[in-house]
Amino acid sequence: MRTYYSLFKMRLLKGLQYRVAAIAGVSTQFFWGFMYIMIYEAFYSSTSTPQPISLRELIQVIWLQQSFLVFIMLWYRDNELINLITSGNIAYELCRPIDFYNFWYAKLIAQRLSGALLRCFPIIIVASLLPYPYNFSLPPSFISFVLFLITLTLGLILVVAISMLIYISIFYTMSGTGSLLIFGVFGEFLSGLVIPIPLMPEGLKKVVYMLPFRYTSDLPFRIYAGNIGVHEALIGILIQFFWIFILICLGKLWMKKALRRVVIQGG
Amino acid sequence: MIEVENLNKSFKVVKREAGIGSAIKSLFNPQYSTVQALENVSFKIDEGEIVGYIGPNGAGKSTTIKIISGILVPDSGKCNILGYTPWKDRINHVKNIGVVFGQRSQLWWDVPVIDSYNLLKDIYKIPEKNFKNNLQLLTDTLDLSPLLTTPVRQLSLGQKMRCEIGASLLHDPKILFLDEPTIGLDAVSKVAVRNFIKTINKEKKITVILTTHDMNDIEALAQRIILIGKGKILLDGSLLDLKNRFVTRKTLTVDFMESNEDIHIPGTTILSKSKERISMSVDLTQIKVSEVIGLLSNKLDITDVSVDSHPIEEIIVDLYKEYKI
Repeated sequence: MRTYYSLFKMRLLKGLQYRVAAIAGVSTQFFWGFMYIMIYEAFYSSTSTPQPISLRELIQVIWLQQSFLVFIMLWYRDNELINLITSGNIAYELCRPIDFYNFWYAKLIAQRLSGALLRCFPIIIVASLLPYPYNFSLPPSFISFVLFLITLTLGLILVVAISMLIYISIFYTMSGTGSLLIFGVFGEFLSGLVIPIPLMPEGLKKVVYMLPFRYTSDLPFRIYAGNIGVHEALIGILIQFFWIFILICLGKLWMKKALRRVVIQGG
Repeated sequence: MIEVENLNKSFKVVKREAGIGSAIKSLFNPQYSTVQALENVSFKIDEGEIVGYIGPNGAGKSTTIKIISGILVPDSGKCNILGYTPWKDRINHVKNIGVVFGQRSQLWWDVPVIDSYNLLKDIYKIPEKNFKNNLQLLTDTLDLSPLLTTPVRQLSLGQKMRCEIGASLLHDPKILFLDEPTIGLDAVSKVAVRNFIKTINKEKKITVILTTHDMNDIEALAQRIILIGKGKILLDGSLLDLKNRFVTRKTLTVDFMESNEDIHIPGTTILSKSKERISMSVDLTQIKVSEVIGLLSNKLDITDVSVDSHPIEEIIVDLYKEYKI
């Protein structure tokens, strides 16, 4: 456990080394947040029928998406891992007395955590100070806040389990671009980061509910916003556990296979 | 301690001609060829040895190192290192070894060296006391103290290599694999690295296997060399053996008081001759150098003598030629 803790510390140190990148990230997220809010405000003011999610709830979801962007985005990649594989520097990783899957998993978790830690608080604080109805506010109840924290944590574990598959695929393709693009585009859409899932047509919703992606971000954020109740949230947590189990098993098996045929690139 | 038996490893390599046309062709119909990187490689190394593993580029040196350090899986063959098979018991095996790849870096690029060391401490679960002692020893012998707090990207190549070697020894490995540890270093850094390797070999009884193209490394360090070419072991023996076997001629140069004596000694050929100096090549299979000097001193009033053997580099080049690699 100590290993993983110091790995995390290392990442945080590395993240802190580049402050300007963090500041730039925060301002970008504000820009996107405002843009989304304006789009949906226009959409809501031009419709008279009630929608499955209210504008106020949606604004909460949008601010959460922006502040936890690094937590949930599948395209958020670790160039270091990709370079390790394609340049052959993986040789060094392979001579460490560690389980390879766990080690990389910890690295990726650490990367996302440290990235989010640097960015989420400034966004949340500033967004809370905005005038009503654009501001970020407290969740409807304490219980939904607790459920939010649980599902967000499980969501992080899940998103990393999915992204591990992307990294393992690079052992075969030798380039991260393809896998990242496909997973990134489809994953983002299926997690409701492009169009909020409640606004999707019924048929599509059914498909989205059957895939793991929405359990990474849509579930925790809508719980926070009050759009998902306690009962549905508990079922969601069970499904999260199910997907985490399946995807980690799959990843470990695949990793084992990939390592047997690993070729150290570049002599 | 290290037993390797009949290792085989082949790689599939994509073949493609230059140009766009063949690039498109290979997109639909990629051509592969198989390269036999290792062919029945066997050797045994005892504790405390320093072994120089030499051979031309592409001979299979690095592949061997990667297999015995548990990174690559061979096609066939056996290997037993301190009771473990590297590719089967990878995690237990790598606790015993330290590895330096001269062309790669194990230090984290963006943070000071000491942060990387602390991470390695946790990865290898090194007890605090051992870590401190080792760090102290390494800092003293490798002169690291001004470097530890500098981010790796701001270190020079020589400084970085010293830190890399330090990093591979923090966890008290029993075996050290060095893959071209002096590549790209200047003379001073090379000497520093060599001295350090000698020291730890002597004091901590660490077994060292190093690959290199620098014959001075070999001459300074290795008691034993293994020569590999095209994936096969060609020669395994001491440097002295190698010299005795392949150094059959020495050059003898003698200065003397002016003389016009005619000199003819069987087993030697005269390279140059003047009134005060003669230079000859001595065939050691026919006559000893001391005998030649003895014979010369009967005839001449010798003022100075020098004997030159062929530098080891030339021997190796001759060897490559002899084995056609």
